[in-house]
Amino acid sequence: MKLLWRLYRRELALAWNGGGGPLLSVGFYAAVATLVPLALGPSPERLAATAPGLAWVALALASLLSLERLFERDFEDGALDLIALSPTPLEAVAAVKCLAQWTAVGAPLSLAAPLAAVALGASPSLAPLILACAAAGGLAFAFVGGTGAALALGSRRGGLLIAVVVLPLLTPPVIFGGGAIDAFAAHLPWRSGLLLLIAYALAAGGLAPLAMAAACRNAQS
Amino acid sequence: MFRGFGLELAAGEAAALTGANGAGKTSLLRTVAGFIAPARGRVAFAGPAGPLDEDEARGRDVHLVGHQEGLKSARSARSELLFQAAWTGGSQASALAAAGELGLTPLLDLEVRRLSAGQRRRLALARLLASPRSLWLLDEPLAPLDARHRELFGEAMQRHLLGGGLILAAVHDPLPIPARTAPLPA
Repeated sequence: MKLLWRLYRRELALAWNGGGGPLLSVGFYAAVATLVPLALGPSPERLAATAPGLAWVALALASLLSLERLFERDFEDGALDLIALSPTPLEAVAAVKCLAQWTAVGAPLSLAAPLAAVALGASPSLAPLILACAAAGGLAFAFVGGTGAALALGSRRGGLLIAVVVLPLLTPPVIFGGGAIDAFAAHLPWRSGLLLLIAYALAAGGLAPLAMAAACRNAQS
Repeated sequence: MFRGFGLELAAGEAAALTGANGAGKTSLLRTVAGFIAPARGRVAFAGPAGPLDEDEARGRDVHLVGHQEGLKSARSARSELLFQAAWTGGSQASALAAAGELGLTPLLDLEVRRLSAGQRRRLALARLLASPRSLWLLDEPLAPLDARHRELFGEAMQRHLLGGGLILAAVHDPLPIPARTAPLPA
């Protein structure tokens, strides 16, 4: 447990000072939020109607950006070998890496999402729900994306492979989250969408580490 | 890759794995470490009390230092050494002592990217001294080291063997310690 905490802190430190993962994702997110009004036109009604959905889709894509390197770097520089020769199961290592990814990238993006949505004209009353959806969704994106990253280990064009593997798995959380936000805006029952999103994130957190560990072992042989 | 290779290594013994480039030295080390499943044959570990469970033995009692040292270039040498030592079961004090022994103490505050190939290798080798594990699997451990540090690490290997450790090293040059030669079939 102490070792996993150490690994978590190391992953966070690497994310922050090794290539600007969080800054890259938040920057990408800010760029999308800025470009949308330019592309859709400045009509406030149209922007307000599309803002929550756009904020949500941009979030899904932004969290994919930095996933490619989640296992790749450790695989290339031999750290994965070192990490594997330990009593700590690789499944736990994979889960910790995804949690660190979520802390480094998902959490800043969750804070940026309501800001972007409100800036684009969404009702401020939506902000807490967008924050909650972004936090739970970000967790799901980290685990699902981590599975893609582990499966793509050792292949050239890994980024492309990740997108192809991960995109279908990202659709349910995007639908659940987007549905919850839409329903809330229309004063309809919205809780089920959020609960399904949380359930999806938890299921991903439970199952993805098994897949990631198996994929890592496969790549190491 | 190769067939008909057998080797039994007892406590206190070192073996130098030799063979041409591409003969399978690295693959053999990775097979012993459990990363590659042999197509035929097997790797078995035993302790004083009899046979050991493979995963258990690999997780607790095997060090592997290969060409990739697993060091992150953006982190300081100190934090990387402490992480590697802790992850393999060593303490902070033993890690710093190991760094001193391999002449790394003045380099610990540098980022890993500033270290030369030989210094990086010494940093990776320091975890062998920092966390006690019986079997050392070394892939060309001395290649980037200068003469003085080859000698220093040779002494450390000697001490490991005297303490009942085992060393299996893939090499092209002879090891600075008495070691059995185990040629891989061509």
